[in-house]
Amino acid sequence: MIMAQSGAQQKHDRIIEENLKRVYDEAIEEGVPDRFRMLLEALKQEEQSKASPK
Amino acid sequence: MSDPDPRQELVEHLPAMRAFAISLTRNPAVADDMVQDTVVKAWTSFDKFETGSNMRAWLFTILRNTYYSSRRKTKREVADIDGTHTEALAEKPAHDGRLQMTDFRAAFAQLNDEQREALLLVGASGFSYEEAAEMCGVPVGTMKSRTGRGRQKLAELMQLDEEDALEMTDDATLSVLTATKATTF
Repeated sequence: MIMAQSGAQQKHDRIIEENLKRVYDEAIEEGVPDRFRMLLEALKQEEQSKASPK
Repeated sequence: MSDPDPRQELVEHLPAMRAFAISLTRNPAVADDMVQDTVVKAWTSFDKFETGSNMRAWLFTILRNTYYSSRRKTKREVADIDGTHTEALAEKPAHDGRLQMTDFRAAFAQLNDEQREALLLVGASGFSYEEAAEMCGVPVGTMKSRTGRGRQKLAELMQLDEEDALEMTDDATLSVLTATKATTF
């Protein structure tokens, strides 16, 4: 049974791996909402105004 | 005056951080809040980042810590959601790719957080077992067994074994069956 099990195992792992990547890639392709760019911009501004007060 | 701010690189990791957070929580709104918290933490504690080390691994570590600390507050809620998933799952094996992915999502939602996280880090995000183990603060062996058990549980939930049974026509299977019979008698 060892041969058959490891063969099936490999096939299962491949199916799982493919699905895992597909789910993950779908999420990546969604792109990043603007709120994150705005957040980074705000963090930068805040720091700059702290570093060089007028 | 100074080198370009290494924090500029943060933006490049955002898509992967979101994908990880969404896959882990299965809730885009929660995931985005987690990523936002992580960005703020990373920005304000950037002095703790070792220049030259893997920034994505560092960010993912903060992200998962954010997840686990918020999870403690919402544990009961999550358990309920998982309960409803269990019933929806018991169906026939999937042959069509679309259908299989739906099954996969449902099955993936039933794994525990540690298994889901391990599979996402190693299987989807492309970290090594060693990197993933370090990020989660566990031995490499633990990381390997989490991915192993996660895969096994997914195969069970997706009824991949039954799918194999339908395809039991290949020579390898037949010869094994014959061999098994021979040793039994």
